[in-house]
Amino acid sequence: MVVNCEQVWREISNYLEDDVDPNLRVAMEAHFRECERCRSVLEGTRNVIQLYGDERMIDVPLGFSHRLQRRLEENIQPSRRSFLGWMVAAAAAVVTAGALELASSASSRTPPLRSEHAQPGAGIPPDLLVVVSDNAKTFHVAQCPFIHDRKTVRTVTAREAQQQGYVPCVRCMKQYLKQT
Amino acid sequence: MPEEVTSLNSAADRFNEERLIQRIREGEHELFYELIRPYERRVYSAALAILRNEADAEDAAQEAVLKAFKNIRQFRGEARFSTWLIQITVNEARMWRRKERAHLVEPIVDREDAEGDYIPRDFADWREIPSETLERKEVREKLAEALEALGHIYREVFVLRDMQHLSIEETAKALGISSASVKTRLLRARLMLRDLLAPGLGGTWNTRLHFAKGTKPW
Repeated sequence: MVVNCEQVWREISNYLEDDVDPNLRVAMEAHFRECERCRSVLEGTRNVIQLYGDERMIDVPLGFSHRLQRRLEENIQPSRRSFLGWMVAAAAAVVTAGALELASSASSRTPPLRSEHAQPGAGIPPDLLVVVSDNAKTFHVAQCPFIHDRKTVRTVTAREAQQQGYVPCVRCMKQYLKQT
Repeated sequence: MPEEVTSLNSAADRFNEERLIQRIREGEHELFYELIRPYERRVYSAALAILRNEADAEDAAQEAVLKAFKNIRQFRGEARFSTWLIQITVNEARMWRRKERAHLVEPIVDREDAEGDYIPRDFADWREIPSETLERKEVREKLAEALEALGHIYREVFVLRDMQHLSIEETAKALGISSASVKTRLLRARLMLRDLLAPGLGGTWNTRLHFAKGTKPW
């Protein structure tokens, strides 16, 4: 069996997958020994597969895993527990909520605003989910196009954002600023 | 070419994976991240292959993972969990693409298989690009740029088969096409990438690439 260059190119991918019949494989090997051009195609294709197959070629954005984990935490309900487990958890929740409430009322008296020019906003639902990023001053709804430093963005409630000194975005939170 | 060999596929890992799935189904939902963690990079790269935009790919990847959680009871164990997860990701990313780019008309070359054989264009002696050069960011960027220049039907197949090491059959299943189509597209993708990275051509077949001769980072 003898093969020409066109037949070799057509089968070169299958050849590298070891997915050609033995007679064709022998014929192709003979062709590669004789034909520099097809050897170049073979070596190049093999090199391409080797390079792109390297784990280092799969690159994810900084913070990807963290954001994915957070998204799961926000959307996946925790385990079902035994009745006793629930009671313990419920009691703990009451204690924690009380403590948080105290902390919240304490901090809400004098929240140090990150921006001295900003309005604190009014009537923002405390449980509204908003996003903040590390080096920014404002909090936003997730779809807001004016979010800074998206790499460090995290989702918190409006109450938490305010406790941390963030102020409402003048664009996406406009409705709450009008009321002040 | 060697078959896929990764520790993720060992029998012990698969057994652990099955147990994890069982426990999640029984209510230990917080274990779900542990289940998908080995595959999160693949999920992202599959979404990126389809969407070509990092922000969209990340959003689609997150949605896909949530869908996998919501539908974990439907996973029957006939395919590998990773294949099932990638299949969900491909569907999610395609929906995303339709939604985001409904107003754009895709070029025909992106929707259909090109007819006829692909003829390689560069026959100069192949100068090997060693794997060690992948340590350099600019090399990885050039390779990513070349990949991005492929029509999406070729890029999808190439990413699943050659980068994520799915088998031909798994790639076909994940993309909803025949194994024969996978092979045809894979051949073309590999040859096109070879031409793009070839020493003599400079990637001139596609104007989106600007590899000037002699300026490649390898």
